[in-house]
Amino acid sequence: MAILVTPQTRVLVQGITGAFGARHTQLSLAYGSQIVAGVTPGKGGQKFEDKVPIFDTVADAKKQTGATASAIFVPPAFAADAILEGIDAGLELVVCITEGIPVNDMVKVKRAMEGKRTRLIGPNCPGIVTPGEGKDSHGGCRIGIAPGYIHKKGHIGVVSRSGTLTYEAVWQLTCRGVGQSTCVGIGGDPVNGTSHLDVLKLFNEDADTHGIIMIGEIGGSAEEDAATWIKSNGKKPVAGFIAGATAPPGRRMGHAGAIVSGGKGTAAAKIEAFKAAGIGVAATPSDMADTLLKMM
Amino acid sequence: MNLHEYQAKELLAKQGVALPPGDVCDSAESAKKIAQKLFEGGAKTVVVKAQIHAGGRGKGTFKNGFKGGVKLCKTADEVFENAKAMLGNVLVTKQTGPDGRLVSKLLIAVAPDIRKELYLAVLLDRSTSRPIVMASTEGGMDIEEVAAKTPEKIFKESIDPAVGMMPYQARKIAAALGLTGDLLGQGAKLLLGVYKTWWEADASLVEINPLCVVQNPDGKLSLLAVDAKLSLDDNGLYRHPDLQAMRDLAEEAPLEIEASKFNLNYIKLDGNIACLVNGAGLAMATMDIIQHFGGKPANFLDVGGGASQEQVAAAFKIILQDANVRGILVNIFGGIMDCNVIATGIVAAVKQTGLKLPLVVRLEGNNVVAGKQTLAQSGLTIISGDSMADAAQKVVKAVSST
Repeated sequence: MAILVTPQTRVLVQGITGAFGARHTQLSLAYGSQIVAGVTPGKGGQKFEDKVPIFDTVADAKKQTGATASAIFVPPAFAADAILEGIDAGLELVVCITEGIPVNDMVKVKRAMEGKRTRLIGPNCPGIVTPGEGKDSHGGCRIGIAPGYIHKKGHIGVVSRSGTLTYEAVWQLTCRGVGQSTCVGIGGDPVNGTSHLDVLKLFNEDADTHGIIMIGEIGGSAEEDAATWIKSNGKKPVAGFIAGATAPPGRRMGHAGAIVSGGKGTAAAKIEAFKAAGIGVAATPSDMADTLLKMM
Repeated sequence: MNLHEYQAKELLAKQGVALPPGDVCDSAESAKKIAQKLFEGGAKTVVVKAQIHAGGRGKGTFKNGFKGGVKLCKTADEVFENAKAMLGNVLVTKQTGPDGRLVSKLLIAVAPDIRKELYLAVLLDRSTSRPIVMASTEGGMDIEEVAAKTPEKIFKESIDPAVGMMPYQARKIAAALGLTGDLLGQGAKLLLGVYKTWWEADASLVEINPLCVVQNPDGKLSLLAVDAKLSLDDNGLYRHPDLQAMRDLAEEAPLEIEASKFNLNYIKLDGNIACLVNGAGLAMATMDIIQHFGGKPANFLDVGGGASQEQVAAAFKIILQDANVRGILVNIFGGIMDCNVIATGIVAAVKQTGLKLPLVVRLEGNNVVAGKQTLAQSGLTIISGDSMADAAQKVVKAVSST
């Protein structure tokens, strides 16, 4: 069944008329995803590419089109607001692609979200793909910015903080004839809506997912938390890669959350945690798929 | 973005945090004048503190041999001499690396009669996504050591972002630090002021080490933030133009400054294989894989997803300005990034710079066919990599055989 989204999921795009949102809406439509609405305040009543109706508010878009998920392509200064609007409208899923949201904005968002039913993925993430059955996986649900053609429908779940490393893993699998159930980019920020562990729990219960690739990086302890849980509860083989073994301490390596602070959050510690949990550790990013396939 | 101690103290003072009286200066004459005023005001000892974005100043050594970036002085003349010795010289500490930092500013302040050294910090607790206040009775030392050896001496108080730090929490921490009587109230006020500074500046870290119980000339005890460190969340800077103005370019590596002008994410390392990558995770992994195959990465560089041809060409030129570079690895998996934009930018940059060093390019993803074609038709000598591992091995081999 895949997790979080299926080819039938109806998606709205917040920020559809901005250059970034427009481009990726086009690509998602070309991929065959159900992009049913756009939201840009003040442009309600217009149409995106003569296909997709635009609304002034998320609530209106949801009411008129039955959308249950949102992709947010809104600039950093307005993104926290966009997330909260999506949650307030009662969407099931909000995926925030935006990079550069102030950390304290996300601290407030998480607090405001407590007790709400909406799942947030991101921010600063490439989004989520459940591949389709068509050529080059056409017909799947693509929320975000991942290249569609690299995917293939299948049974490996992929969860990652890094977008481009996700594409590496996915492409390696596809090239070996092994498809993916769902690929989830949780993003590179220190405060995010969904952790590795959250996604792993979903993969663990998904009948369609037979193996998992987990990609992490320096900073925080999400990978260690996930590894501890996998050791006691994991039902499926997991392989992983941790980026940043060569990163100098105290420097923010591109991603706001990729920083070794006060000696904590090192790649070495995460790799140790993986090994202790029986997670196959890929020595290089080129070995991610092979490391998992050997375990299956 | 980091701030100097004197800038951190300016922000803290605005929120009512008690500090030793003092002022910043950039000449020995001004240092003397500030010191004279402080001595006239009743100070027994005045401290001269080199302003650099790194700790370990007291135990550091200047490149000209002068020892110590923090000097206690008994007279304004002593202040003058120490200031003269420090200004314009390079201070090397355990945290600056061997190159050290140029000292252009000094903080001249009262050195109070310290009775106790405590520790205080405000930062994000990633496990709860909430701000956390960390305090300890073990101030004046490396907090990581305290965390390792006596973690029970570190108190942590989580702040609910819906209400911010409450006075009862400040009193709770002050009490845990052993502050009683008048000091309890002073402590609570100071803690609230430190938290407010952190929250309102969109800081990632405010650290007061040491936070001191000091004895005043009249015998009364009070609480002062004797040192202060403040790092800002880069993502918040857009809404703090006043804090942006506090940026000290002299504390940043020249190539990193150059890169930031083009909105490129560049961090200089000390190896000889330069990287140009799209995506932070892939960029980190590219550095890692170079090392895995026996090479040494010269830099981290994420051109990001929306990079233009001009940015790609600029990125190329920046990595080439590092004199250590003996080879280049371009590793691109285009999601947002268009492989042909990269390819066109590289061709332009190679032609402009007359590059003679080995160049390995690995392209995959969005518009890869056009990208590979552009490289093939450029007439340039470009080694192509099929996978990341293949590309990394090729560049390491090419560099080690030259």
